[in-house]
Parts: sequence; C-alpha cells; structure tokens
Amino acid sequence: MKPAAFAYYAPRSAEEALHLLETHGDDEARILAGGQSLVPMMAYRLARPAHLIDINGISEFGTMTTEADVLRIGAGVRHTAFYDEVAPGPTGALLQNVVHHVADHPIRVRGTFCGSIAHADPASEWCCIAVMLDASIVVRSARSERSIAAGSFFHGPMTTDVRTDELITEVRIPILPGDARCGFAEFSRRPGDFGIAMVAASYRILGGRIAEPRLAVGGVEHRPRRISEAERALAGATPTRDAFREAASVVAAALDPLEDGIDEAVFRRSLLLALVPQALERAA
Amino acid sequence: MTTTLRRTTWVGASVERLEDRPLVTGKGLFAADINFARQLHMRIVRSEHAHAVLKNVDTTAAAAVAGVVAVWTAKDIADLPPIEFREGPQPKLAPFRQHVLARERVRYVGEPIAAVFAEDPYVAEDAAELVTVEVEHLPVLLDAASSPAEFAPGLSTEAAVCKQEYGDIPWAFETSIHTVALDLAIGRHSGVPLETRGALARYDAARDVLELHGAAKVPHKNRESLAKMLGRSLASVQVYESHVGGGFGIRGELYPEDILVLVAAMRLGRPVKWIEDRREHMVAANQSRQQRHDIRAAFDAGGRLLGLSDTFYHNQGAYLRTHATRVADLTCAILPGPYVVPAYRVHGHCRLTNTTPTATYRAPGRYEANFARERMMDAAAAKLGLSRVEIRRRNLIAAHEMPYHRPVTTLGDEVVYDSGDYELLLNKALAQAGWDDLERETAARRSRGDLAGLGLAVFVEKSGLGPTDGVRISVDTSGFVEVITGGASVGQGFETVIAQVCADVLGVDYRRVRVVHGRTDRIDTGVGAHASRATVLTANAAAIAAEKVRAKALRLAAQLLETDVARLTIVDGTVVPKDGAPQQGIGLGEIAHRLRPSAGTWGGEDPTLAAEGWFTTPHMTYPYGVQIAVVQVDAQTGAVRVEKALIAYDIGRAINPMLVRGQLVGGFVQGLGGALLEEFRYDASGQPLSVTFADYLMPSLSDVPEVEVLLTEDAPSTLNPLGIKGAGEGGIAAVGALIASAIDDALESPGLITELPVTPQKLKALIDARLRKRVA
Amino acid sequence: MNAFAHLQLNVNGQVHHVEVEPRKTLADTIRENCGLTGTHLGCEHGVCGACTILLDGEPIRSCLMFAVQAEGRNVRTVEGLQDGDRLHVLQQAFIAEHALQCGFCTPGFLMLIVGILEKYPDIAESQLLEFLSSNLCRCTGYENIVKAALNAAAVMRTAR
Repeated sequence: MKPAAFAYYAPRSAEEALHLLETHGDDEARILAGGQSLVPMMAYRLARPAHLIDINGISEFGTMTTEADVLRIGAGVRHTAFYDEVAPGPTGALLQNVVHHVADHPIRVRGTFCGSIAHADPASEWCCIAVMLDASIVVRSARSERSIAAGSFFHGPMTTDVRTDELITEVRIPILPGDARCGFAEFSRRPGDFGIAMVAASYRILGGRIAEPRLAVGGVEHRPRRISEAERALAGATPTRDAFREAASVVAAALDPLEDGIDEAVFRRSLLLALVPQALERAA
Repeated sequence: MTTTLRRTTWVGASVERLEDRPLVTGKGLFAADINFARQLHMRIVRSEHAHAVLKNVDTTAAAAVAGVVAVWTAKDIADLPPIEFREGPQPKLAPFRQHVLARERVRYVGEPIAAVFAEDPYVAEDAAELVTVEVEHLPVLLDAASSPAEFAPGLSTEAAVCKQEYGDIPWAFETSIHTVALDLAIGRHSGVPLETRGALARYDAARDVLELHGAAKVPHKNRESLAKMLGRSLASVQVYESHVGGGFGIRGELYPEDILVLVAAMRLGRPVKWIEDRREHMVAANQSRQQRHDIRAAFDAGGRLLGLSDTFYHNQGAYLRTHATRVADLTCAILPGPYVVPAYRVHGHCRLTNTTPTATYRAPGRYEANFARERMMDAAAAKLGLSRVEIRRRNLIAAHEMPYHRPVTTLGDEVVYDSGDYELLLNKALAQAGWDDLERETAARRSRGDLAGLGLAVFVEKSGLGPTDGVRISVDTSGFVEVITGGASVGQGFETVIAQVCADVLGVDYRRVRVVHGRTDRIDTGVGAHASRATVLTANAAAIAAEKVRAKALRLAAQLLETDVARLTIVDGTVVPKDGAPQQGIGLGEIAHRLRPSAGTWGGEDPTLAAEGWFTTPHMTYPYGVQIAVVQVDAQTGAVRVEKALIAYDIGRAINPMLVRGQLVGGFVQGLGGALLEEFRYDASGQPLSVTFADYLMPSLSDVPEVEVLLTEDAPSTLNPLGIKGAGEGGIAAVGALIASAIDDALESPGLITELPVTPQKLKALIDARLRKRVA
Repeated sequence: MNAFAHLQLNVNGQVHHVEVEPRKTLADTIRENCGLTGTHLGCEHGVCGACTILLDGEPIRSCLMFAVQAEGRNVRTVEGLQDGDRLHVLQQAFIAEHALQCGFCTPGFLMLIVGILEKYPDIAESQLLEFLSSNLCRCTGYENIVKAALNAAAVMRTAR
C-alpha cells in the first residue's frame, strides 16, 4: 500500500501555496495538511495526486483567535487544540466535547479542523458542527478570497464548493450567546469510528421556552445539514422529553438517508429517534 | 513412564517471559525486519474478478518499468504442481487445490495472477498496476447453502460431505417428547493478526540449500511439503522462524506466495522478499467460520437428549487449501460437546464458492459448533420450561463416565474425552459468577427498562494432537541449558513454558535455559504450534529429555563425589548432597566439562551432558470450559455492551498461570469480535467489501469487559505425565454462543439470535420485528 | 516526480542522512533507511497504531506521514526508550504484567503510552483508557496493557 509518486512542495507562505495551486490545480494537485484522511486514500491509491502541496510549514495558518464573537480557526490548527476550551462559553465547551468523538488521539495530533471540512466526509463531526453553528469557510485562490456559508458549502460526500485552484485558509465560527445550551450525540460502532449518525443541537431558553433552536444531523445523508422542520417544531416549545421526541420524529421523517449497502435507511432513521432526544437532553 | 517434577519452583508459577526483552526494546525480528543483500521485492498481481476465464495477461508494460527484474505468470511456473494438502494427497479432493498462479480461471477476488520482482517495493507496486488482465466473466456463487454449481467440467462445487453417524436417529425423533429445530448462521471472519504475512527466500548456491525465512506454525511440516513440491531433498530445504506477529491458525499454512519466493530465489539468483500489505491480507489470507446449520434435537420428557441431527453448509471459499476439509470435519466431531448424545447424525457439506478460501481459525469448527449446539440447548430449555442451567445439568457427561468414548473420529483420531468433571466446573463457575444473584439483578434491571441479560455456554475443547514430539537437551560447560525443539512460537510464550518445565526437572534457574524453535536445521522433526499442542507434546518431551540429563548428571556426580545417586539432588544448577553443604557439590557445567568429547573417558557414560526425549500420545486431550457473561442491550440502537464475563476453564495443569490467562482472555476478546463486530462481506458480484480496518472492525480496548478467569486443575490429562491440556483455544471457543445467549436473555426472547455477528442494525431489526409481532 | 530528497532526520537523538522519494513514508524510512525496525507496519492506513512514534513528544501514526515532512523534527522510536541497558519503567511494566504476547503491537503501544504520560502525567484513568483505545492488539485482550500503563504511570508520577 505504497502511494503513487508525486511532486512535493513545501511552501512557506500562503501566497506561495496559492501560486502552486494556480499552476498545478488542474493537474491533480492536493493540499497536504494533517494528511490523516488523504494519506490513507493515497495508500489505497484511491487518491493519486500528481502534486502534493504541504501547508504545514505556513505559520500564519497555525493560528486560532477569537475576535468580535467569531472564532477563527486557521488551516493548520490541529484537532488536539480543542482539548482545551478555545472560546468562551458553550461554543468552546461544545468543541471540547465533540473533539473526543473525532477519530483517536494520534490522529488528532496531526489532523486539522479545516482538513476535515475540506475532506467533507459525511460522517465527519466537525462538518456537522460547522453546519449547526452556521460557520463560514474562507477560501482563497491566488486572485481572490471568498467566504462560503457552511449550509451551502457541502455538496455531497467528499465534495465541496472549493475549486481546484483554491484552498481553505480558515473557518469562522460565530460564538453562541453565553446562555445557549449545546448537546451532541453520536452513534458509532466503537468510539472514534466513523459516525453512522450524529446530532448537534443548541438552543436558548427564554421565558421557559425554547428559542433559537439549531439542530444539525450528520452521517446520515450525503452531507450534514440543519433540519429546519425540526427547528420549527422546537421553537417556542417547552423543553420536555415529549417535545424532544416529537422533534426526533420530525427529523426522521425529513431525512433522505444514504444507502451505502452497509447501514440501511431504516436503521439510520431509528438511530435518530434515539440520538435527537439525547442531544437535546444533554443540552438542557 | 513417570516424570515427577521434584521441585515445583517454576512449574505452576507465573514467571516473567523469556521472550519479552527483545520485543519491548524493538529488537524483534519479524519477517519484514529481515533483509538480505541484493534482495528483490515481490509484488503479487491479484484478480479483481470473483469468477472469470483468464483470456490474456499482459505483463509487457510492467516488465519495462525501471527496476523491475522479472514478471511471472502461470506459464513461467508451469512445472509447479498445485499446493498439496498438509496431511497428504487425497485423490478425490485433488482437483480443488490451488495453483500458485492462476491458470485458465480465477475463482476469487484476490487470487494471484502474476508476480512482479523489483529492486524496491514501491516500484514493484507501481509495476504491478501496469499488468493488464483480460477476462470473460463467469457466474458467481457466494452462498454455500444454495445449490452447488460447476467447479470445473464434471466437477461440482460440493467438494465433499463430511459425515458422522451413530445410534438410531429416526427412533430418537420418533420417540421424542420434544423436538427443537433451528436454522443458524455464523458469519465469515478470521484471525487477522496484526502482522501481515511475509516470506523471504534465499538460495545458498554454494551449499545448494534453499532457505525460507519468516516461517511460522508448522515449520517442519511445511519444509517437508516444500521439498516435495520443488523436487528437492529434505536436507536441501531449510525453514527459519523468527518472530511471529500472531498466528491464530491462519498464518503458517503454505500459500502461493511462499512457493513463489522460493522458486524466484533459485531462478533469479537473488534473495526474494515478500511482505503482504493489509489490503491484500483482507482478500488473500485464509478466512473462516462461515457455516449455516440446520440443527434438530430430540428430547425426552425429562429434557434429556435422545438424538442430535445436524446438516450444515460449510463455505470453503474458492479452493481447498492445505487444510482440505479439516474444519468441517472438526465441526462434525465436536458438535455434541460435553453432552450425552445417544444418537447422532451430522452431514457437513463442504462447498466451494467464489470467495477467499477458508481454513482454520482458532478453535476451528468449534466456535461454529458451540454456537449451534448451545443455541439449541437454550432453545430446548425455553421449550421445555427448564432453566438453561438445568437442561445442561441433565445432559452433561458425568465424571465417572471418563474416559468417554464418542463413536466419531476426527483428524484420524477417535474422540475419547480423557478426563473431565463438567458438572463440577459448571457449579464452580456458577458460584464464582454468583449466578443466582446475577439472575435477580439482571431481571430487576430489565424491569426498570435497563435491558441487562445473562448468558451461559458450556463446551469441550481439544488439544494435544500427537502423535509424537521430540526434543534434544544439552548442558554446556558453563551450566547453560539449550533445548532444541521442533515447536514454534506465534507469540504464546512457548519458550518460557518449555524452560520452566526443564528447569524444574534439571534443578536450574529457568532463565538459564534457552529454547530453540522453528528451525529445521537444528532438529529434523517438530509439531509446530497449532491445535494447542505445543505445550502438551513438546513440554512432555522436554520433561522426558530433562529427566535423562538429570539422571546422567547425577550418575557422574555420584562417581566424582564418591557417593550414591540417591543421596544427591540438584539445586540451582549444582549437584549437591541432599543433607550436605553446597560447596560439597559439583556444578552441571563442571559435569558437562567432564563429559566433553575430548576428555577421553567419561565414567562409563557417553560423551556430552545431553539427551533426547520423545513423547508419544495415543489421543488428543480434551480441556473444557464454562463461560458466563452479562450484557446490556440498547433497544433503540441495537448496540450491545458486554459488561463482564467469567471464563472458567479446566486445563489439567497450568505451567504458567499468567500465560494461560493471557491466552484465555486474548481468545475471549477475539471471540467477541466474531460475535459482535467482525465480518468479511461481499457484494453480489463477489467483490469484497471488508478491505480496510474501517470496514472490518476488531475489538479495541473500549469493547472489552471486565473478565474474570477461573482456572481449575480438577481433571489433569491422563494421557501425559505432566497432566496438561492446552489453553490456546479455550477463550474463544464458546463466545459466539455465550453472547447470543446473553442477548436473548436481555430481550427476554429465547431464540432471537440465530446469526452472528450481532450488529446493531441486525439486532434493531429483530427487536422491531418482535415488537410488531407482539402488537399484532 | 520520483526526485529523491536528501534529508537529515533526528531519530532518538541521532542524525540520520537519508535519501528518499517524497512518497516514502516516515515509517518505511525509519525502518529501512535508519535501520530501526522496532516500528512496525500493521495496516498502512492509520488505524492499527503499530507504527506509532513520538514526533516532538506527541504520538502520531508514522505511516501517515512522509519522511520529507519530518526534517527538523524530533523523532523518538521504541529503540530510544531504554537508557543503555536499563529499560524504561514502562518496558519493565509490560514485562511484569505480561502485557505482550506476539509483541507486534508493543512498540506502538509503548510510544503511545510514553507520549501520553510524559505530556499528561496526572491524566485521569478514564482519559488514559480513551487514549489507549487508539491502538489495536489482537493477542492480549488489552487488560494487561492497561495494568502496565497504570503501574508505570504511578511510578512515573512518584519519580517526578
């Protein structure tokens, strides 16, 4: 399982990396960040980049900052950065909770948050979180920069809005209000395995009722998404077990599950009937 | 013959292993760690089709790659015969053997079609990709339970039917008060050791000796087969085992790649190294376990078995490899297990399919048979209104019936259970587990909606397959001991166990004993390491040889010390008077020095302080066990969590309890994999779906429950002086049955589980179906 | 493509001069070019952990990194654990607790555990167990690996 040959570049600046992408983007160029998703694919020769652009040496990508209620996660930030609370309040706590579902520790040491976003595996926890929190993905080419809302960013399995001459330079996550409550629930065969189904939820309680509900489902469809039908059902409801179960039924009905020959639609729907209330209850 | 171990300093003690230091310091020598100057790297081109006629294999592009020295297909090795069965030719089964490289047809995805030899493994893989294969598709057969098809003109894919029969089955069913009938399936899975396969061959042209490095399991048997296959004398083929990263029954059989490296080393004039990668392993190494059972049992009013009838379909994969039909054969023999079965009939249909060939995996035929039989006992309990414990009690073979002769044969041996008190072990296990309390607790939890359940399985294992093993022991002039065995190590602690036995007999520290294994150039015969036989046979042979060395040392010491042998003993390597001071003694090294060949006279003895010992056993020995587990089921997701387990096992005699426990616990966890996680799956066209460790899931630390081990020595083997029975397969053998039993209990649905592995998806579907039935 | 890179790799405190293609993994380079075969390949796709080494003190999968990426970094492998003839506390614990059978997964576990205990000496047991679930063992059933890790952790804490 040795990778096919490639030309290797280790740019020291974003400009250099983007110039390389401009030159080689149309000729099978891939970005190497953590490599924890890409290199296994190269080992199986399912990915055979002719050009591998290693961005690990670009120090400006390694920063993560909070400014004006936005958490900015640079392209080089590793999963292990989230072992600590990186943002105040529920947002940081949520990320700190979810990171323990992402693969396992040695993978987290090298793998990057933005790499997960770029890789767009439907079973990726960070992709689900990004969608739930309405993150923006900042994408640059040599000529331009644009910002894409997470809700429009993921097109399908391993497919995103990023063009061949672009790379993700950062992901911006709006920080939730201090009184927001977050919950996350995932079902996988063993801890750290690909999530067969996952739910990320948050809401506030105003006047004893649910306000600003967010509910995103991952692992089940070909991309993660917020289930607006469920959010509408939750808005204004009292946060009871029944309301959560009702929301779960709405989610199950709204889904168009992936059929991958292994986990069937019926099973994924039934998982959500368990996971949606779990996530909502953990938030409470 | 009697061998009494005079000072049990070492035997019975959980001493640290001799094997460990190189392994913890990274100085082990696994196949991939071995390198020879100028070696070539072999890469196999494998079939991407499950069943097809090979029209053309084009190797031109591959051969043109810089660094590639040769590319072979079947025509380049046309003179090689197919790979023979390990136990010798069987004419009726001969047409089902595998050729080293596919000839006119390919029969499974992964079948070797061509071999690339290159300077570097990366280059070899690049070149292998350039080999193009033209095929004509043939229909694909995947299910052994569906009708057989044509293997080749005039030959059915049903290669054989293994049969055993005794007593009057029709009468048993006619006169029965209750009958139970089940349709059961065990999913395909296998050992999947962490080290993939590997082989290196070197041809020593100066001495005309062909060497195979990276051997395992049965070096001597393999060497014999290889010599025959290649038309060479036994002495001109040598096999070397270094470190082995787990065997579990699937490593060490002769595979096409082993033959290829040897032939290539000779013909290309350079050493040839082949290291399998993981993706290859998942489609090319032996798989196992896949059986479908149609089992029926007849009981009298008191819940006693009158007859057991089983028809099973054994998925043999694409070819009969070195084991021929052994696994089906073992299934037939061990299915009755620990119970009295007055009438028995079993037909095991060995059927070939277009999937990876299957063979032995730890407790082969038994994991499957135990699942079928124990499921059947649980079903009978439910039908008859007896507890699962009680129905077993009423059918267990009693201690006073030992040795118990069951009129079936396997591996050329009659099944004679040498010793065993099954009910005693059952009682001890139930007491240790606190069965009654667990029943109450799990019932109480269920009433609160916490679906906990209790499982039980009782089984007999087999070990110590003979007939014979021999060792040579010698003491050097420094008093160090060397034991040369024909055994093999797959990581189980073989060296330590043999050293402990020798050390006790010889009166030395076990750390001064070096045990040699896996070397055909040091000893001509050996049983290797499989079927849990290494300890039973080799340890007994070592004890016999050590006894002879001890006796010789004492005789010579008696002369030198001018006293009687009866007055002497050996303490820490020195022969001393039993009642005297150590300084009056003489060290074994000194005695060896006196016996050196150049001494000229040796006090009436032969030169050297050395001896051979041979141990022969007429039959296999039968350890036995009881397993109990508590599981919890999440009815919403179908997830099963194993909370705790008890493995009770009678091993006759434990030479190193810590190592025995390691074998049992390790096997148990593998068994959990087969029950809940592991499965080799195929799509409708025969494409393997489980080719990465993300699809084929094996237990990680988070899957492992609290495991308690109750090791007993109530029934030492009567077949060997040390009384030992093997431990290697006792942990895994009944886990499938056990977990199924526990899940049924958790869901209060006897008979719910009829298939392994129990994945969350499958279990959830069963739970939902049952709910719908209840509502309806 | 296939242009060879000349690298200086710092492994266990020693500098190795190697010449490798960019696609040659760090694992293969350590094993073949540096001659340190204690690091093993079990799957080559980052799941089993047999190839685990320490990169700047953190456990990583060396099969998922290319050697060219490791220049200027500090690499530690199992061969660097002992101090002369004196085994590391964790190595001793593995022997004492029978935490290995075939030994193939052992170097990966040793480096994983050493990396974790050196970085998080006061790690809670539940967290340690979560981290230990990263690597696969097919022989032991894990219980003794856990015992060895916990014993070594206790010794390492008191030694500080």
